[in-house]
Amino acid sequence: MNIVVCVKRVPKTAEADIFIEKDGKDIKKDNLVFALNDWDGYAVREAVALKEKFGGEVVVVSIGPEEAKEVLTRCLAMGADRALRIEEPPSSDACLIAQILSQAIKTQPFDLILTGVQAEDDGWGQVGVALAQILGLPHASIVNRIEIEDGKAKVKRELEGGLEELLEVKLPAVLTIQTGINEPKYVSLSAILEAEEKETKELGLEEIGVTHKEPLHTTIEQVSFPPVGKMAEILKGSPEEVVGQLTEIIKKKKG
Amino acid sequence: MGEIFVLVEHRQGKIRDITYEMIGLGENLANQKRTSLTALLLGQDVKTMAEDLSSRVSKVLVVDDENLRNFNSVLYQQALSSLISKYQPILLLIGHSAFGMDLAPSLSIETDLPLVTDCIGLWFENEKLKAIRSIYGGKVNASVSLKESRGYIATIRPGVFAPKPVGEKKGAIIMEHSPLKGATDIKKFIEYIEAPITGEDITQAEILVSVGQGIGGPEHIPMFEELAKNLGGTIACSRPVVDRNWLPKERQVGISGKTVKPKIYIAIGISGAFQHVTAMQGSETIIAINKDPRAPIFSVADYGIVDDFKNVIPILKEKVKGQTL
Ligand SMILES: Cc1cc2nc3c(=O)[nH]c(=O)nc-3n(C[C@H](O)[C@H](O)[C@H](O)COP(=O)(O)OP(=O)(O)OC[C@H]3O[C@@H](n4cnc5c(N)ncnc54)[C@H](O)[C@@H]3O)c2cc1C
Ligand SMILES: Nc1ncnc2c1ncn2[C@@H]1O[C@H](COP(=O)(O)O)[C@@H](O)[C@H]1O
Repeated sequence: MNIVVCVKRVPKTAEADIFIEKDGKDIKKDNLVFALNDWDGYAVREAVALKEKFGGEVVVVSIGPEEAKEVLTRCLAMGADRALRIEEPPSSDACLIAQILSQAIKTQPFDLILTGVQAEDDGWGQVGVALAQILGLPHASIVNRIEIEDGKAKVKRELEGGLEELLEVKLPAVLTIQTGINEPKYVSLSAILEAEEKETKELGLEEIGVTHKEPLHTTIEQVSFPPVGKMAEILKGSPEEVVGQLTEIIKKKKG
Repeated sequence: MGEIFVLVEHRQGKIRDITYEMIGLGENLANQKRTSLTALLLGQDVKTMAEDLSSRVSKVLVVDDENLRNFNSVLYQQALSSLISKYQPILLLIGHSAFGMDLAPSLSIETDLPLVTDCIGLWFENEKLKAIRSIYGGKVNASVSLKESRGYIATIRPGVFAPKPVGEKKGAIIMEHSPLKGATDIKKFIEYIEAPITGEDITQAEILVSVGQGIGGPEHIPMFEELAKNLGGTIACSRPVVDRNWLPKERQVGISGKTVKPKIYIAIGISGAFQHVTAMQGSETIIAINKDPRAPIFSVADYGIVDDFKNVIPILKEKVKGQTL
């Protein structure tokens, strides 16, 4: 069972102060911490678990700047066998990323391709399913369980309100992986150091036959902070004072 | 000129709310473009649904086929690409839901219609479609322009646009010949699996103390449980807390968990992703505690505390202890 996993290096913005670039087209990224997209971590662990069961090889692929090597190394430390970093186009959209991934993956042997459901930064939730169509493969998205039997993947998809759907997809296929499908595991420093010894192959866009390097469908014209419409009343003072106000509010609203 | 199409989302015999929200949005866009709005209903035995829709839109196109009974992206895509080449709509709206996320990206590649996903704003500017998307975990909005095209596909974030209510319209219901040539064996729907009914029912609680990834680890859970108990409430959480096994699934609030409407919802260390917010914004009073003043949760909360929870929760927990609030 050979598995390709697509992984993205993303900035962690949840707790960071955000500033907008002068040209207004993106946020400033030089002060941000980057890491492996949360969803993709689940996909890598799932691939490694399948490999342990069925044998074969796990290849991780990322389109990104040189620093994307760090997340690839992390994936190798999590148990992937080989890593490919593809040069990043100057600007891109989900459709172009899917197109480039398809070019890179075509030359790899695979029975299964895994992606995350969505990237934490741009949140298109699009690349995996688009990639499947470009490669002419079936897909299932938002997958939270995989069982492999006779050339098929029996998968559970997560729907709304706790409902799930059981379905069967013929292999080779693309599955987009939902968080919670497996348990996060601690990746030790020694595993990372060991992984640094493994090779990460670097490929240019032309080398894999990509000549179109512009976004295919969408371009971001401008980013801005969301309008502060309805905004919470922020309680002010020392922690004791704030808690005092809060208790009064709770008393009143509890009725 | 081509029309605007809304793909009706239904499951287990019921039209889902996102459909009405898309009809609300689609009607405005159709007025802007001086064209009409058509609802596309794919399924089997969908007469009641078609009647409901015809009171809200001027036309309902129905494809009735036993293979469309339950959602299967392969068959839906076949039917849709055939309808698209027949009618050449200028825009097709699909929900940004488990249904739409499994369908729109591959349909866009097959039909070569540009796609923009998860829109919270959408309009035409000259011939081009433009959209607003919420990115970087909701901290920034992006205005996106699509490349010029004869038609577009957009997926719409649930819970953002005002739903179109039942109306006085007597829209035409048009039966379309099914373009499907039988079932498919590359992707097969087997069954639905309902969520098991176990443990505490958080939808019944009057006060929810809801914790997110920002609490840092499971070691703080007992403190929040005690706070919940002291307040006469129940503990709930966001999805990453369940993914990391800090709390069981039945405690999860959100689009893939439970929808709650307590008297008081206290969100601690929760950033406010739409998948969480759509399922708790109906609470009577929302209080958010988060150390990031720009966290999107503050725009749905009524009251906020900008601080590390560790500075606030221990004091609050003791203060309300033994008090009948
Ligand atoms: C198909 C799909 C379905 C989903 N369904 C759900 C769902 O049902 N429910 C759900 O919740 N999510 C769901 N999600 C996930 C959702 O997109 C978000 O990833 C998730 O809600 C984020 O959880 P969070 O706010 O706890 O974590 P984060 O986004 O990481 O936010 C943590 C917050 O804690 C704050 N914080 C950090 N440290 C402290 C501190 N010491 N004191 C105070 N504040 C602190 C940070 O500032 C930040 O705002 C779904 C996603 C997808 C794609
Ligand atoms: N630059 C990239 N390199 C490799 N994989 C990517 C990249 N961007 C997106 N993906 C994959 O596509 C998934 C969905 O991303 P998106 O459609 O951008 O939300 C991610 O979880 C990754 O698995």
